[in-house]
Amino acid sequence: MNKLLLIIQREYFSRVKKKSFIIMTILGPILMAGLMIVPVWLAMRDKTEHNILVIDHSGLFIDKLPNSTEIKFHYSDEPIQNAKQKLSAGNFDLIMEISREAINEFKTSPILYYKKQPGLSTEEYISNNIENILFDYRLQGDSIDVSKIRNARRPVKLLTIKVSETGKDEKTNTEINMAIGFFCAIAIYFMIFLYGSQVMRGVIEEKTNRIVEVIVSSVKPFQLMLGKIIGVALVGLTQFILWIVLTLIISTTVNSVLFKDQIADTMKQNSQMEKVMKDDLGANVQKMEKVNSPNEVIELFNNVNNLNFAKIIACFAFYFLFGYLLYAALFAAVGSAVDSESDTQQFILPITIPLILSFIIAQSVVADPDSTMAQFFSIFPLTSPIVMMVRLPFDLPIWELALSMIFLVLGFLFFTWLAGKIYRTGILMYGKKVTWKELGKWIFYKS
Amino acid sequence: MIPILEVRNIHKQYANHIALRDVSFEIKPQSIFGLLGPNGAGKTSLIRIINQITGPDSGEILLNGHKLSVNHIDEIGYLPEERGLYKKMAVGEQALYLAQLKGLKKAEAKEKLKHWFKKFEIEAWWDKKIEELSKGMQQKVQFIVTVLHEPKLLILDEPFSGFDPINAQLIKKEILELREKGSTIIFSTHNMGSVEELCDDIALINKSEKILDGSVKDIRKNYKSNTFKISFKGNLIGFTNALWAGAEILEKSSDEQTHTLVVKLLGQNKPNDLLQAVLSHAEIISFNEIIPSMNDIFISVVENKTTLNTQSSFTE
Repeated sequence: MNKLLLIIQREYFSRVKKKSFIIMTILGPILMAGLMIVPVWLAMRDKTEHNILVIDHSGLFIDKLPNSTEIKFHYSDEPIQNAKQKLSAGNFDLIMEISREAINEFKTSPILYYKKQPGLSTEEYISNNIENILFDYRLQGDSIDVSKIRNARRPVKLLTIKVSETGKDEKTNTEINMAIGFFCAIAIYFMIFLYGSQVMRGVIEEKTNRIVEVIVSSVKPFQLMLGKIIGVALVGLTQFILWIVLTLIISTTVNSVLFKDQIADTMKQNSQMEKVMKDDLGANVQKMEKVNSPNEVIELFNNVNNLNFAKIIACFAFYFLFGYLLYAALFAAVGSAVDSESDTQQFILPITIPLILSFIIAQSVVADPDSTMAQFFSIFPLTSPIVMMVRLPFDLPIWELALSMIFLVLGFLFFTWLAGKIYRTGILMYGKKVTWKELGKWIFYKS
Repeated sequence: MIPILEVRNIHKQYANHIALRDVSFEIKPQSIFGLLGPNGAGKTSLIRIINQITGPDSGEILLNGHKLSVNHIDEIGYLPEERGLYKKMAVGEQALYLAQLKGLKKAEAKEKLKHWFKKFEIEAWWDKKIEELSKGMQQKVQFIVTVLHEPKLLILDEPFSGFDPINAQLIKKEILELREKGSTIIFSTHNMGSVEELCDDIALINKSEKILDGSVKDIRKNYKSNTFKISFKGNLIGFTNALWAGAEILEKSSDEQTHTLVVKLLGQNKPNDLLQAVLSHAEIISFNEIIPSMNDIFISVVENKTTLNTQSSFTE
């Protein structure tokens, strides 16, 4: 059997079988699913029903505050002391007292009595509605037509449409473009660090174990290095795929089990809202905003399709693979030059600088994707895997993409060759503090 | 007879220093060849060149009369001085991996490993992790892995380090057995006792140059310095007076009535001349020639002394 294949096999299985790999693979999706589910769950958690007793001395708000599914208003004119007893008895959650002067005060401050502190969203709901009623009341006092003002104020949402070569219109969305580009860039950034340092640790392990000399008497050092890099790449790929699959499984099951009712509810509400919207467009700003949200989601998905998903995925795979390969070779070279992990600092820094730099550059690339700087760094092989992923969603000339890819492949070949030179000398060098000058000399040793 | 290994004018230079300077020697097939030299002399560099881990700057190496090439890797077994195994990997799995790297088929390797594990009575270790084994146990596994593919040429660098005397004996037996079966062994060590015991021929490298080679027997004979040890009963003063013209006393020691001298014969004097001179003064108990040990030869050659100082050698 091919020796390189044997090495890849060992590197792959020895890592995949490790407890830490299994734990990380299971824990990762749980964390990710947690990130997706917890906010939804938190938002829903506060939806306990509140019964609010309103004691309105001004008389303006009686029967005007709108009930919602969670918040119900009740009205009374009894003295506040009696009402407070009802609070203690548990008839009501909250008691709101509105003073007689509420209408005229510059700043209206109703008082909310509670036994158990209401959530922020509840307080907001109450104050918003009071504000709205006061707003209407005051405008009417000045004999201004409220509906005209409502009509005049409409929310604005830019719809960007790209006119393609074929003359067909394509809807695009700058935000989603940025998000996808950035997500890919972050993924590549972390994968390079995560698996690159795994390669480095593997090399150091072989060196400190002193097994390396046994192995290089059977295979070429370069084969050993390449086998390790490819083996770890496959580990990364396995983990990535498992993460995605597990995350999807966990989040969909949890969503469907936990939030089944709510989802059905929301769907029903949405269809009702849409009806309302058709009947009276712009009659109610609040309703309008609510209606917007499901539509926006649909819009987003449409745009994702228009992004030419296949292209993004293909480029992501390419830049991830070659970016990792290039950096993994450098990490392997660093691992070979040191005796223990604590000695890696001085050599790791020059590797991390271009990675971090490309991340910083990526942020300004988003603002101006066609600047000279963006062009340069998306072609320069040490930064292109990250910078190009951010630029990619903003349609760039095909020749730039091709050039960037060619340079990355060339960069990968060059750095792997360079790393191989350092590696084959480094792995057999024990108990010696290596300097940069020495590394340079190793490159020019004859094999 | 074609030498199994021919080292021809090997020259190797690193950035600042010369590791090997024009080193040549030959190794007979089915022999044990001692590769000796002080630390940093260039032995490891040479071994790495033979293993094709690095290449020489000039010169060539022939294995069985053919220039060393990638195809020969599987015919060589190498136990480096700095050796180890993957700590987290199971013994059997690891041995299989290393055997396959040496070109053995998996099934074949497994069969052979079972045989060796049985022989060394370590079958129970198969699923253990290396880190669970003691140093000596690890060395046993490492030795098996080195010889498993039945290499024609076996390079053992300090093979006995880490073994207790019993296991060292076991390994020694295996080495001799491997030679019987047709392997040639390059044996690098600082333990001169085991060189005398095991090696047929040696080469001594010092400061990147080969300064001595040949069969152990011949070398020891060549380094004889006409030195004898004589024990007797009788008058010590009379005895030494009788000696003075033909021999130099290097060392004296006495216990009760027995005196022991180490003497070096001067000029053309023969042992018989010495005995004749002293016979009337004492009762001779023993008389024998001191053959220099490899240890003495090593020290003397490396320290570049032309005559051998045998003062320390009372061993023979």
